[in-house]
Parts: sequence; structure tokens; C-alpha cells
Amino acid sequence: MRLLSIFIVTLIFSLSANTALASPVDTYEFNDEVTKIRFQALSKELRCPKCQNQNLADSNSPIAADLRRELYELLQQGKADSEIVDFMVDRYGEFVLYRPRVSELTYVLWFGPAVLILLGVFVVIVVVRRKPVDKKTLALSAEQQEKLKNLTNDK
Amino acid sequence: MGKLIRFLPLILVIALGVVLYRGLSLNPQDMPSALVGKTMPAFTLKTLNNSEKVVTQADLLGDIVLINVWATWCPTCKYEHPYLVDIAKDPKVKLYGLNYKDERAGAQQWLKNYEDPYVFSIFDEEGTLGLDLGVYGAPETFVIDHHGIIRKRFAGAIDTRVWRREFEPLIAQLIEEKKQGN
Repeated sequence: MRLLSIFIVTLIFSLSANTALASPVDTYEFNDEVTKIRFQALSKELRCPKCQNQNLADSNSPIAADLRRELYELLQQGKADSEIVDFMVDRYGEFVLYRPRVSELTYVLWFGPAVLILLGVFVVIVVVRRKPVDKKTLALSAEQQEKLKNLTNDK
Repeated sequence: MGKLIRFLPLILVIALGVVLYRGLSLNPQDMPSALVGKTMPAFTLKTLNNSEKVVTQADLLGDIVLINVWATWCPTCKYEHPYLVDIAKDPKVKLYGLNYKDERAGAQQWLKNYEDPYVFSIFDEEGTLGLDLGVYGAPETFVIDHHGIIRKRFAGAIDTRVWRREFEPLIAQLIEEKKQGN
């Protein structure tokens, strides 16, 4: 039992050590908890321009470290989130936003799925509400009946 | 009409396939700069060769200017260096360096070793001007027109082919604009 608990404790430690190695560690000091949370949120929200599938929080690249430092300094200066995002977009383009803004360029992205769902619902409604085909039109005309009779008689 | 509707899903899938297939050959690193069309950001920095000499954006005005972002830690910069030496001989453009997040002594030595193609190099140790220009690596090259407007940003190495394809047409256009006085 004691062995097991030692094993578990070691396992937990090694796991936490691994995650610590995997993402970069900055030693930024924040005056209050809110700023810290804003820093974390923004660095997850902003994309690293060099290593394109990582956000600023994840990336080890020098440019990501620079941008984290810049982000920290902007927060210390008391800039609002929107001002910070504008600052980054002015320099690195819309590209740095993981959640692109709603603009003419991104209408398809933002509203495409909703439009597709509505289209699907519309198609389903049309299919469901389509009237069943009238039985009468399925019946053979007198002429056709005659023809059928002849054919079967031929046998 | 009824028959056409039956083929609609197939047509849609093929169209989607074409769009996605095209996406495969696009280069995700090929991003337009957010700064194209904006004025050159203001800066006050020293030059690489003279730690006393202060330069600002005003020193770049009036000509068709190339700003080449380089550093000694950047192997691709070494590759493009001989081409830059060639470009510097072209009287149509003025080539300036932006020594980005580098050490002064090492960078000076580099220019001694490989020939200095730049009118001068701005020494941006902290990468502040680099940040304002949206630089995220080296080498990068910016084209600034005679009004100080950024007209192009090119990330990657310049060689003869890249120069002909990416830069020559724009520079010809800028010379034309300058002649016409707008």
C-alpha cells in the first residue's frame, strides 16, 4: 500500500514536471489577480505569427516571447483588452486573432454554418411536406389497359 | 430539372474538392503585411556602426527605399547577402539595414567579413522597430516609397529570381509614380 502511494505521488510529480517543460515559463509579476487572468486569456487568444498553430502562451519561439513581454507591458500600462488586440492587429494583421473579427472578409466564416443549417432545415421541410403522388395518375388509362390486356393475352 | 438536382450533391462535392485541393498548394507563411499602405513607423535608434549617431524615420525619406531586416544569428541572411551586395549597386533604390535583435560587435564584424551593402544599418537591439514593423523573423525586406509609405513586405531570402519576380515590377512602378510627381 505504501509503495503504491509513493508510486502515485511520483507519477503526479513527473506529470506536472512534463507539462512545465512543455510550455514556456515566464516569471511575470502581476499586481492583481484580474490582470494575471487577462494576461493568460490574451496570450491564449493571440496567435504566434511565426509558429502558426500555436498561441502566444504555448510557443517557445523568440517572437512569441517578445510578444508576451509586449503584452505584459501593455497590461502594466493599463491598456484595455481591445486596445491591446488593436495594437497586435496593426502590426501583425488579422492573422494573429484566433477568433477573427466580423467583417466583409469573414462573413462566410461567421454566418456560413448558420446559413447551411437553415438551408438544411428548409430542404427537410420541403421534402417532408411534399404531397404524396396522386393515386389516380398512377392508374392506367383505358388505352394502356387495352394494350396490357393484349400483351398478357399474347402469352 | 429533376435529373439535375440528383447531380447537385456530386457537383457540390467536386467544387469543394477543387477548393480544398487549391488550399494544399498555398503557402500559409505567405501573409500580407498589416503595414502595407501605412506610413513607416516612427523610430529613434542608433546606427550599427556608430553608437553615437541617432537616426529616425525622416532619414529614410525621399528615395525609393529598401529596408532589409538581418541578424548574425540568421543563416538565411548569409545566403541572401551576396544578392544584397548586388542590389546595393543599383542606383534606383537605397538599401538600408535593420540589424534585428543582434549584438553590435558581432554584427559589425559580419559587415567587415562579407562587405557592407547598406547605406547604414539601424541597430535595433531590443527589436522595438521590428515589433512596430510586424517583423517575426529574419530576413525580411520592406519597400518604402518616396513618401515614406510601406508598399511591400517580403519575408524570406532575396535572390536573383525573387528580385525579378517580387521587386523589380514594383520598383519600376514606383519610379514611374515618382516621375509623375504623385
